[in-house]
Amino acid sequence: MLKFIIRRLLLLVPILLGLSFLLFVWVRALPGGPATALLGERATPERVAEVNRLYGFDQPLIQQYLRYLNRIVHLDFGQSITLRKDVTDEMVRRFPATVELTVAAMMFATAVGIPLGFAAAKRERSWVDNSAMIASLIGVSIPVFFLAQILKYGFAQKLGWFPTIGRLDPARELEHVTNFNTIDSIIARDWDAFVDTLMHLVLPAIALGTIPLAIIARITRASVMEVLNEDYVRTARAKGMSRSVVDRRHVLRNALLPIVTVVGLQIGLLLSGAVLTETVFAWGGVGQLISGAVLDKDYPVIQGGVLFLAVVFVVVNLIVDVLYAVIDPRIRVR
Amino acid sequence: MRQRSRALALGMVAALAVAACGGSDDASPGSTTGDTSGGSTDTTGPTDTTGGGGAAGGTLVFGTSSDPVVLDGAYVSDGESLRVIDQIFETLVTTKAGGTEIESLLADSWTASDDGLDWTFTLHPGVKFHDGTDLNGEAVCFNFDRWYNFAGVAQSAAVSYYWSTVFGGFSDGATPSLYKSCEAPDAGTAIVRLNAPSAAFLSGLAVSAFSIASPEALTKYEADKVGGTEDAPTFDGTFGTEHPVGTGPFVFESWTPGDKLTIARNDNYWGDKALLDKVIFKPIADGPARRTALETGEIQGYDLVDPADVTALEDSGYSVLLRPAFNVGYVGFNQAKPPLDNPKIRQAIAFALNRQALITAKYPEGAEVASQFQPPQLFGWSADVPQYDYDPDMAKKLIAESGVTDLDIEFYYPSDISRPYMPDPTANFEAFKADLEAVGFTITPKTAPWRSGYLDDVDAGNAEIYLLGWTGDYGDPDNFIGTFFRTPQPSWGFDNPEIFEALTAARDNADAAERTKLYEEANKMIMEFLPGVPYVHTQPALAFAENVTGYVPSPVSLESFATVSMG
Amino acid sequence: MSTVQDHLQSLMGNRVVETSGSSLTRETWKRLRANRLAMVGGIIVVAFVLVAIFAPWLAPHDPRDNSWFDQIRPSSIPGPSWDHWFGLDESGRDLFSRVIYGARSSLIIGVVSLVIGATFGTILGLIAGAFPGWVDSLIMRITDILLAVPSLLLALSVAAVMGQSQTAVMVAVAVPNIPLFTRLLRGSMLAERQKDYVSAATSVGIARKRLVLSHVLPNSVSPMIVQGTLALATAVIDAAALSFLGLGSADPTIPEWGRMLANAQRYTNVAIHLAIFPGLMILITALGFNLFGEALREALDPKLRR
Repeated sequence: MLKFIIRRLLLLVPILLGLSFLLFVWVRALPGGPATALLGERATPERVAEVNRLYGFDQPLIQQYLRYLNRIVHLDFGQSITLRKDVTDEMVRRFPATVELTVAAMMFATAVGIPLGFAAAKRERSWVDNSAMIASLIGVSIPVFFLAQILKYGFAQKLGWFPTIGRLDPARELEHVTNFNTIDSIIARDWDAFVDTLMHLVLPAIALGTIPLAIIARITRASVMEVLNEDYVRTARAKGMSRSVVDRRHVLRNALLPIVTVVGLQIGLLLSGAVLTETVFAWGGVGQLISGAVLDKDYPVIQGGVLFLAVVFVVVNLIVDVLYAVIDPRIRVR
Repeated sequence: MRQRSRALALGMVAALAVAACGGSDDASPGSTTGDTSGGSTDTTGPTDTTGGGGAAGGTLVFGTSSDPVVLDGAYVSDGESLRVIDQIFETLVTTKAGGTEIESLLADSWTASDDGLDWTFTLHPGVKFHDGTDLNGEAVCFNFDRWYNFAGVAQSAAVSYYWSTVFGGFSDGATPSLYKSCEAPDAGTAIVRLNAPSAAFLSGLAVSAFSIASPEALTKYEADKVGGTEDAPTFDGTFGTEHPVGTGPFVFESWTPGDKLTIARNDNYWGDKALLDKVIFKPIADGPARRTALETGEIQGYDLVDPADVTALEDSGYSVLLRPAFNVGYVGFNQAKPPLDNPKIRQAIAFALNRQALITAKYPEGAEVASQFQPPQLFGWSADVPQYDYDPDMAKKLIAESGVTDLDIEFYYPSDISRPYMPDPTANFEAFKADLEAVGFTITPKTAPWRSGYLDDVDAGNAEIYLLGWTGDYGDPDNFIGTFFRTPQPSWGFDNPEIFEALTAARDNADAAERTKLYEEANKMIMEFLPGVPYVHTQPALAFAENVTGYVPSPVSLESFATVSMG
Repeated sequence: MSTVQDHLQSLMGNRVVETSGSSLTRETWKRLRANRLAMVGGIIVVAFVLVAIFAPWLAPHDPRDNSWFDQIRPSSIPGPSWDHWFGLDESGRDLFSRVIYGARSSLIIGVVSLVIGATFGTILGLIAGAFPGWVDSLIMRITDILLAVPSLLLALSVAAVMGQSQTAVMVAVAVPNIPLFTRLLRGSMLAERQKDYVSAATSVGIARKRLVLSHVLPNSVSPMIVQGTLALATAVIDAAALSFLGLGSADPTIPEWGRMLANAQRYTNVAIHLAIFPGLMILITALGFNLFGEALREALDPKLRR
């Protein structure tokens, strides 16, 4: 087992190295080079030379890359051009917001997606199945930002059931210990703030969770259908076991394996969806940081943000892989 | 639908009022709204409000378009930084609330020597900075000398824009400076000495960039530590981010960038104390989101109201405040790029643009077509400038007369910004593009983000024609047409000594009546030369919840929250 | 990239379509016909393509004609009416016509980005399959890296660097497609190589060329079509997302669904129809490609045959 984990961890190294290299080359491939990216087209040759010297852009490429690598290993992504702040600090400060939203979206997606897929599989080709699958296809096809806008327009703006922006009513004082508002409000025993935090989470979580919901529903359906056709289930049924017992003992437990893993794999989707959702709801997480940076061409933030989210994505995938191997030993043999 | 949202909004205001008066906080947030309850999911005000009675007290949440850059007036020129700085810091003189006339603030009175070089300011006695140190002559001179001695990155226009505008150069002498020295003969006096007389000096001092900060805090929290590059300066000290110490009616409390910035009443303020307990500035980048947040009660006021929202907000019972028009939106021509060097082409463009149609469709009431590069409220505006009323036939005729056949023009517009003088630049661009194509021009669209690319490109003279505008900082025409046309600039791409000289003469003249005349003449000259087409003066709007009173909009956006209360 | 992903593919397709042996036969077509959802998807796709191609004949007005600008006020934009089925847009143009022309932009962006992605992906995949060893490893590592970044983030960083233009959007949407096709073609190639006649071939050079032309490419056609159909759905959504984030083309007069939706944000209080129509079009189009692509996959997959 340990060997497996170590092997997977080692595989991580080339991926991260390559990714950092691609991002590094990318900005340097700009017409006019990175100095122009920083200065804009107005740059006079003297200013370009100055910036090149300051950032070391005039040194050999490989040396630059090593320096860059050294910096990112020390988690130094440089300074944001527009925010004038340390990129790493900003990301670390905002990351809990994104995690909180992602987890909420995932909880919504699984809580609705698994029962939906299960119901569909149990009544294959019935109207339940068909409408669940159509709904899930619509779920996959709807642009996140359109859904977010519509939800905000309908439930926040017109009906006034939910707040429209942010994570917490700004007039509320809450001491930030972890920067997870749910946890912080529990620590402070401020139940109003806790409820307020949850209310702020509802719409963004639904907007962000809809696509994973659709995918989870489909996976659940496929997985449950596969298990239903397995011999041991048929045998159990034939033995006269009651439907609900079979469902619980055999079907659900065996079907759950791939479902659990697909949940983990949706993280990537959620992280990129967060860029859009956070923008619509002014969420203030890493996603909003990146979308703002894109508008302002704030390259250090774009570079750092994409690398950061990709690392999170890769690491989460690794954890899912390992978990999967723990649960299902067959994988390790492969 | 509208009815319903209005009922909700009013319910919200009521809930707020209860909370603000220190009533028990029983509107539990998160309870879903029934059809009749009119309650809300949020905003119940601070739960443990103790201070304040009657109209005073309470916390006002104000929606801003972004975080401040840094809370140090000397380093910024953007509205969101200055908005907060104006609450924490004070200047020697200020503008009258809601106007541009100069009034006393930290200086009770001032006198200029006969030659106009030495300005003696008598300071208000007994004023203390928030850290308890005294505001005295020495402190004032400390600030002036600090600005004058900026070096390196701090000298760049991105950092010390207003110093360069009002005083010119720095102590290193690379560019001549208007500022000579400052001395404090006693605790209650500061004498500022200039190298030349200046008519605009005193109005310039009212700009928040010349806020007097606590020398002790400036030193202790390393306000002068500026790093990075000219284009991407970084403020490495903690003065402007964690310890801004001034004399103003509010003291800095906390700032979580991207989330909120809180200031609290200064209970030791030397003048009339602020009515509110706290003001929270909440950055909401998206304009429509600000409006929605006001309607749902998440904020109680916001700036930069979209023209599309003004009527609806008023109908729903919000108070919409208009700032007097003190700006101009214009289409700039870069004469270094043919065919814009051809006066007939410039005139043709002016006649081709249907400015009135754009303003009717896209600007709120109170906006008017501009005839020149400065607002009519400001002295120097002339009724006799050449007019270019919409006339496409005239435009076609002028194009034919010009003999120019290559009518391809690159038209720059900013992609992502909303300014008072152009709430939706894309819409302006689309309307003008259609107008220009109707008379035979071929328009190539060019765009870039406002802060990173657009302004740079325009300033560098890369744009052929472009959308831009200006909001005045102080009540002097030099702040409008002087800024644009007193010196050659790559964005305009022309060299017209006649105009440069006329504007320099007007600036340096000390006689008020003569200056007015000179500026009127200059405006006529400029509109004949037609370096661009000014098209709008607009009244920027702010919106507040119905119970918020006492906010006085100012043409130069110098507005205090000290007089604001929540009823 | 991960073993789990590989395993899951056998259950349900992710974005990665695996090679399957069958090709587009009459039987496939019959199975498609029997699937009602596939037909709905197919109809949507065909309708979308027809609308895109015949936009000039279908649109009642020129999408750039702003003749109705005088009806626009800051606080009101006329909604749907008999003259303007979808109402006017914020600059006084006919929204219906713009939505129709928007199909054209979407189709062009989708197809071009697909062609770019498929071409590069195919070439890389073939090379990887043809040269086992370090070449293959290198290409597959690059593929892993590209797959490690969520597709929208990848597109975003590409577009951000390239600046605001239609080309940038196409390239940005194409890049995440490359690794998908690379994997697909490499899989095809490996499957063929394992067959006996290949190892029997003496002249490796000739065998390679013939192998690619006469076996690998023809056999890859159907999975590529499936992958392409699904990629088009993603392209429509991702291109719109980029526009939404302000990375669309510089010319706002070009009708583009994502940009229309982004611009509508400012006017949600005044005219929600500006958001609804383009938003629905994106949804329906993506749905059509997804329905059809999924059904096609099912029809082609021997494992799912019943």
